Amino acid sequence: MKRYAPVLLLAAVVVAVQLLLGAVKSEFLLTQLTMSAYYTLVALGLCLLMGYAGQVSLGHAGFFAIGGYTTAVLSTAAAAAFSFAPWLSLPAAVAATAVVAFVIGVPVLRLRGHYLAMATLAFGFIVSRVILGTALFGQADGISDVPGIRLFAGLVLTGKRNLRVQNYYIAWTLVTVGLLFAVNLIGSRVGRALRAIHGNEEAAAAMGIDVGRYKLAVFVLSAVYAGVGGACLVHFNAGIGPGEAGVMKSVRYVALVAAGGMGSPGGTVAVSAVLTFLSLRGAFGLYDDAVFGALLVGIMLFAPDGLFGLVPALRGRR
Amino acid sequence: MSGALLEVQGLHHWFGGLHVINDVSFACRPGIVKGIIGPNGAGKTTLFNIVAGAFAPFSGWITFDGRGLTGLPPHQVAACGISRTFQATRLFPRMTVLENVMVGMHARARHGFLAGLAGPLFTRREEARVREACRNVLDLLGIGDLAGRGAGDLPFGRQRVVELARALAAQPKLLLLDEPACGLNPRETEEMSALISSIRARGATVLVVEHDMSLVMGICDEVLVLSSGRMIAEGTPREIQGNAEVVSVYLGADDA
Repeated sequence: MKRYAPVLLLAAVVVAVQLLLGAVKSEFLLTQLTMSAYYTLVALGLCLLMGYAGQVSLGHAGFFAIGGYTTAVLSTAAAAAFSFAPWLSLPAAVAATAVVAFVIGVPVLRLRGHYLAMATLAFGFIVSRVILGTALFGQADGISDVPGIRLFAGLVLTGKRNLRVQNYYIAWTLVTVGLLFAVNLIGSRVGRALRAIHGNEEAAAAMGIDVGRYKLAVFVLSAVYAGVGGACLVHFNAGIGPGEAGVMKSVRYVALVAAGGMGSPGGTVAVSAVLTFLSLRGAFGLYDDAVFGALLVGIMLFAPDGLFGLVPALRGRR
Repeated sequence: MSGALLEVQGLHHWFGGLHVINDVSFACRPGIVKGIIGPNGAGKTTLFNIVAGAFAPFSGWITFDGRGLTGLPPHQVAACGISRTFQATRLFPRMTVLENVMVGMHARARHGFLAGLAGPLFTRREEARVREACRNVLDLLGIGDLAGRGAGDLPFGRQRVVELARALAAQPKLLLLDEPACGLNPRETEEMSALISSIRARGATVLVVEHDMSLVMGICDEVLVLSSGRMIAEGTPREIQGNAEVVSVYLGADDA
């Protein structure tokens, strides 16, 4: 099946990179690669929403932060006050993200185009300011000393150096499974319905597609991807700060999806993995946000089909 | 009950202060092709949009196949067995012809988000059924060779036929065609007439809004004439052609 090629390629690259870094004794790089995987999950979810259903979100950092802060609070303050199995905070974080996405999505998805972009942008601002203003969320300091979470079969979600390899695999397995789900969905009746909505909402409705319900469902799904990324990264980093909810982060996710080719989950994963990794390594220095902003402008102007779209375009011109 | 498939009673609609649909009532028996004609601005497309659920009427009611349809949103109207085409063709331009037609079968398939995420193991059988049915529709309309082409890349005349295929894919009980010959050249119009006749021969019921008199007179069993939102005549094409009011209002206005 040709459409599964990106999934298989990703799995192969993930293993190859780990083996290569092990061979050249550079396993410290796995840390940023693991973090990059969790940010890539956000971009992947956004790709379903933007690339297929054609709905913009400039608030995805908000969903990432909701997932992250929920599990952070549950694993620290709440864990000290109540007793429950620590792993429960992960599904709780994802559920919280989904509920917020649902509640926000119902009114906001009535809007289209620029208005939807503005409303989601405002949502991102709200999340960011609520975090900065709430003592429970540590305000500007964020939440630190978040413990690792024991999963199953000896796997622990943590940033501890001796568990670096397994955490790299946990993170990239999640991305691979997320990509597999995305590819499945796109190739199904639901994927066709989403693309139809992107193409023409009136015609989609006339074909029997409940446009409002489909938009809401893909919005929630997309937020869940972000929530999973946020929740896992918090345990890997042992903390989270308000910067994760920043509007520039949301712009960055949009830039990654656009650079990946909008309707290309494989492209989004590839671009996001590389650029996020470089950003985390400090390759863009003080110009980090500027690089992603410039990327977005550049893509919109010169490569509406994404970075990979440039290659055949160049060939075509000759 | 008159045995009508579609029944419209006392429909009224306003756009601002404009009374665009003024007390329109008609019935559509199963198995016929019914035409709605009238000069520009007569309210034909508005009437169509109300039946298709795109607008809720200010007053009046619509029943279809024994069910109340009044005020239902378009996707529920579609699920009741009514398919439509649009005056300005509205294909999904970035999808292939086959995919467009498969979207047309949306209401005839079931699987949702969870099965979609879980993958082909859960969706393969249904997808195979949908794909085959849609290929058959394409073959039926003689455009099987276009299946893999991007819908947006096709010439306009072909897009029209694809839109017809997309509407037929749902195996509708009633087909609403909004000016199917609009923008087609005479040869393409003739082809479109033949296609509609062949669809009708297979037992479909068709309601068609049209400007092109040759198409209307050639394929319709009954014709309804609207002018300024009012019904001014209803009957067979022959009766309509001989109706003095129709000739003055419609044909006169059209020639001007």
